[in-house]
Order: sequence, then C-alpha cells, then structure tokens
Amino acid sequence: MAVKTSVDKTASAEMNGADILIQSLINEGAEIIFGYPGGAVLPIYDALYKNPIKHVLTRHEQGAIHAAEGYARVSGKPGVVIATSGPGVTNLVTGIADAMMDSLPLVIFTGQVAQDVIGTDAFQEADVMGITMPITKYNVQVSDMKELPRLVKEAFHIATTGRPGPVLIDIPKNISQGKAVAHFEPDIHLPGYQPNLTPNYLQIKKLSEALSQADRPVILAGAGVLHAKASYDLTEFAERYQIPVTSTLLGLGSFPADHPLFLGMAGMHGVYAANMALHETDLLINIGARFDDRLTGNLKHFAPRAKVAHIDVDPAEIGKNVNTHIPVVADAKEALVKLLEEDMKTDTDNWRRCLNQYRNDFPLWYNKGEQGLLPQRLIEMVHQYTNGNAIVTTDVGQHQMWAAQYYPFKQPHRWVTSGGLGTMGFGFPAAIGAQLAFPEENVVALIGDGGFQMTLQELSVVKELNLPIKIVILNNEALGMVRQWQETFYEERYSHSIIPVQPDFVKLAESYGIRGIRVINEQEAESVFHETITAKEPVLIDCRIKAGENVYPMIAPGKGHHEMIGVKP
Amino acid sequence: MKRIVTATVLNRSGVLNRVTGLMTKRQFNIDSITVGRTENDGISKMTFVVNVDSEQQIEQLTKQLNKQIDVIKVSDITDQAIVARELALIKVLSSAQTRSEISGIVEPFRASIIDVSRESITIQVTGDTDKIEAIIDLLRPYGIKELSRTGLTAFLRGSQKQITDLNSYSLLK
Repeated sequence: MAVKTSVDKTASAEMNGADILIQSLINEGAEIIFGYPGGAVLPIYDALYKNPIKHVLTRHEQGAIHAAEGYARVSGKPGVVIATSGPGVTNLVTGIADAMMDSLPLVIFTGQVAQDVIGTDAFQEADVMGITMPITKYNVQVSDMKELPRLVKEAFHIATTGRPGPVLIDIPKNISQGKAVAHFEPDIHLPGYQPNLTPNYLQIKKLSEALSQADRPVILAGAGVLHAKASYDLTEFAERYQIPVTSTLLGLGSFPADHPLFLGMAGMHGVYAANMALHETDLLINIGARFDDRLTGNLKHFAPRAKVAHIDVDPAEIGKNVNTHIPVVADAKEALVKLLEEDMKTDTDNWRRCLNQYRNDFPLWYNKGEQGLLPQRLIEMVHQYTNGNAIVTTDVGQHQMWAAQYYPFKQPHRWVTSGGLGTMGFGFPAAIGAQLAFPEENVVALIGDGGFQMTLQELSVVKELNLPIKIVILNNEALGMVRQWQETFYEERYSHSIIPVQPDFVKLAESYGIRGIRVINEQEAESVFHETITAKEPVLIDCRIKAGENVYPMIAPGKGHHEMIGVKP
Repeated sequence: MKRIVTATVLNRSGVLNRVTGLMTKRQFNIDSITVGRTENDGISKMTFVVNVDSEQQIEQLTKQLNKQIDVIKVSDITDQAIVARELALIKVLSSAQTRSEISGIVEPFRASIIDVSRESITIQVTGDTDKIEAIIDLLRPYGIKELSRTGLTAFLRGSQKQITDLNSYSLLK
C-alpha cells in the first residue's frame, strides 16, 4: 500500500515492516536519506520506491555516512543512513566511529539476515550489534515488528538530545518484510536516559565568584557551544566581562574569528597567544570541549596555574583528563544564559594587553617570498574569494590544520572537519551532505591528494545531483602530515609517505563529467578562484602546492603549551 | 584499591556485553561480576568488584556506566553499610580417614557438605570474600580438585550508620 504523510498516525491498517519504518521516519521529520541498497534491505528500498522521501545513492557506504555527518554538522538535524547487512555495515564503521568521537547526531538503519538464520553465519551476516556497540551512543536490534515506531522515535531522541551521537537500528529482513498493525504515537521508554541540561545554581554561583576574583580568565570554546547553538550567548558573555576566547579545532566558528577578544585556535598547531593564554590563565572556563590530547599537550604542563571550570552536558567528560575545580553539568546555552543573569565585576585590561602583545609578537607565519604555490596562501585566497562565508570541509592532516589557521570563520556551523577520529576521506563526502542541507550555500571541500583518493568515487554523486561543490585538492603528492612527522621525529626517513603515482585529477574529474582545472602557481590560482569558486557548477581544482611545506607552530608530542616550536620564521 | 559498584540495568539483550565492553575499552580491571534479576520485571542488578588506582578512576567508571542508555542507576557502595556475600563450591580430595577432619573445618564456617564420593567431598560455603579465602586456605592442604566461585553480590543495609564509623563496615579496602 502507498504510504502518505496524511496516514492516520495512531494506528495503521496492516503494513509491512519497511513501510512502518519509512512512515516512522517521515513522522520524525527526516528529509533525506543517505544509503546504499543490498539484499537485506530490499524490502526497505521497495518501500522507498513508493515514497516521497529523498534518497541519495552514494557510491560506497562510507560516502553515505560521511555525507550524513556533513549534513548533521551544518544543519543540526540528524543524518539518516541506510546500509545492507554484512559488508554494508562494516563499510559504515569508520563513519560511525567518527560521528561518535565528534558527537554528531546520526540515525543509522542496517539490514540484517532473517531472524531464523541469525547466528548461523548466513550470507552477508555480520555481528552488527557487537561491532557497533562501542562506537554508537546506542544500538538495538529489532526483535518485534510492532516495536519499530517506538525504536525509531527513541533513536531520534537519543541521537539528538544531551550529547549528540550516532544511534543504530539493526533490522532483520523478516521484520522489514513481515506485516503488522503499527501504532504511530508510541511512548518513549528510556528510564536510564535523562540528560541533565539545567545547571546547578550553586555551581553557577561558584563560577561567577571565581570569575570576579580572576585576573587572567580565558574561555575555551568547544563544539558543545555549536551543538547547543549558544554562539550568540557566548559572544555576549565574553564581551560583557571582556574575557579572551580561544577555541578547539571543532569549536571554530562558535566565536567570531574577527572579534578582538578571539585569540585563535589552541592546541598542537594552535596560535601562540592562544596556547600561552591557556598556560598562564588563572581561571580556565571550558565550555563544551573535552580536553582532547591534541588540545592539551602534555597534561603535566597543562594550565598549571589555573582553576578549571568545565561546563559540559556529558558528566563523564568532566574530570576525565583534567582535574576540575568547578564542574557544571549543563547544556552550554542554558549555562551561559544563567551566567548572564549573574552580576560580576571583572578587570582584564592588563591580561588582554599581555595577550595582545603575544599576538603581535608571534602571529601565524609562513615564508611568503618562496617559490611555488604555498598552501597557506592558497587557503587565504579561498577565504578571500568566498568572502569568508563558505562552508568548508576537510579531511585530516596538513591541509586541515592550514584550513583551521588561515580560514577564519565569522559564523557558526560552517566548519566541517574530522576532529576526534581524524578520518582521511571524510571531507569530500561530507561536503556532499553539507551542500544537500544548504543547496544555496557555497561549499568548498579542502582536501589532500591522499584523502581524496579514499572516497573519490562520490564524484558520481556530485555529477548526478549537479551539486555546485568546489573540490580544492592541496596536492603535494604526499601524505603531508605523516611526511612532516617523519622529517621532524624520524630523521627524514620518509617511509611510504611520498605517493609515487597518482591519477591525473583533471582528467579524472572530466571522466565524471565535472570540470577540472590544474593550477601550479599563485597567479593561476587567483584567476581560477576568481572565476570558479562561487560558480553554480561543481569544479575540481587540482592545486599543485609546494611539497615539503610544514605546519607551524607546533607543540611536539609530550610537550606543554609553553614549549611550542616554529613560532617565528 | 578494590571497589564494589552496583548497577541497576534494563534487562535487554546485550546489556552485559555493553557493560563489560565499556570496562575493557577504558581499561578497568574487573575482579568479579554477578548479574541477576530483581524484584522488578525487566530490571536486573549487577554487582562489580573492580580494582582501581585512584578515586578519579572509580568516578570515571561510574560516570561511564551511567552514560549507558540501558543503565538506570549506578552506585559505588564500598564505603557504606552493606551486606555482601559470595558463594563458593569446593571439591576437596578426601579419604575415609580425612573426612571427619574436614567436617571439623566445615562446621565453624557454617559451610555444608553437599556431595560425597569415594575420593572427594564437595563443600558449599557462603560469606564475605575474607571468609571464603580463609576456608580455601584451610582446605588447600587436603588437595582442592575443583573450585568455583560466584563473585560478590551486595546491597545496602536497611539502615546506614553515621558517616564517621562507616569505615569499619567496609569490606574491601
């Protein structure tokens, strides 16, 4: 039977499981599904055939899940993914782990072999529950068809509330194929899941007292600010009390980069002033960051003089890595709103003067006079020709760090990068998801030549849907960050990090029917960006950047924030 | 240090796997686990004895357990007034000559002999961990053929003593 949005929502006539699933998705407001069909999800794809819900067929399951992540990151809505049993699911694993680390809301539906053959090593059977248990916020296998509407509702609830994350529902084929009467207004039953969003008043009071007494306060903004949509409140709070702000990699955009109080990104390749602020502060206010090791450096030297306040919706993050004096378990927005109701006096003039001095003495730098196309300059140009308004996606590695350093974000939800898991091959499919979430926006995938070759098959999707994504490859014919570490820490033994053969990316793009351009110097790059970067068609730009360029400044592994290297030319 | 942690969980498939998987992932050292149903349908109770290095580690463990969707409540009950018991079955070599001697050990422990064969007897003993360890030590010279322990299960006593003298009620520390 045809399923329409107008179907009676409380009880249906007899429907098959797949139709119940699709109707549940429509009821949850899902607009788009990223997926790939296969044997165990044939009934679900049959239901999709009859339905108005949009489905994007990627060319690999990994592409589907990264696209869903990109979609979720920029839209704030859960990304929905469907894959078949066995290899379909195992191909999703990287993306699920990535979403788990970066707290992205996903709802994933996987096919499973029929219940009567589960456990018999049937064709395309895999222990999906076992494989995905540690990398999902929750996973569940459907055992009774009638539970489907409730499980779908719970999955969306769990994925999007508290600290967001991926939720997986495993659906045996006999369930999606069988028939049942469904009730579409199920009650959620999750007695063990009640995220606390409202801050404890006493803790807010403690934090505001500490702030009144502090001479050198600093705010560390993490992705929690973005998930809570609290950028505006953060800006107001920082401005009112004149507190300098730094950010994690994933928190970029949560505070306007051009704001005088913004110090830049902190961490391994962070700005000197930002890292010194963390080193010298007497009150570190962490809002929605998880004190990742790439941010903190050696914990022994981390913020040695600071009282640490940590606002996080996930209580397990507080005190996990850094000893915390003022824990505040709350949604970032609710905590900031409550903090703004307090009345405090702060005087940070001297502190800001000191940090401004650092900022002027040790800005980000690169050798501007050098021959060849410099990656840092390239990203500055991308910033310039997109007016700083593009949605930018990246993989992991050198190009990611340069993008974080040289593409300052004035607005939230424009920065899509694989932070926690550090996944090569993430950026390009994520750009597809971001573009589908916002068809009118300018989406630029800044990626390396190594990462692009991991998921480049999705060029087909770009062509098929005519998505005006700009694929900017920072091509140094190497795994740049691996090469940099081998140069710095392994005495220039470049073991398997220089890629000896690569395709002609221009011809590759053309073979997919996409315009491809190669640029080898700054002048060419400038004219190509000027002409194409805001064009209404997809373009692949193969930028042959200067090989051997390194990312600086840097905190070497095992070192503290005060031990940065490469802070000056 | 050893800590006793109890968790009330939804009795859904895979919940034990979730909890032990989490402990493996975060490198917690489990001494024992017991699981069983409770007075409420659909709800099970788990008791863990874990070995941790610091307060911070046990805090992290309870927080991570609490984060699990199927986990309803987690308590570290080590420092409270609790009743804690485990059961052990011990098969000891025994001839006609040593049988009465072994009975002499069994009696003061209020343990019982639940199986007798020509060469061995099986003893069932219930109590806290120290008591079980003590009877095992006493029986070892006779030759223990087989030993099976359930692990500790525990909950709070009906009334809690004043905080100041709680330490004396702590079983494992």
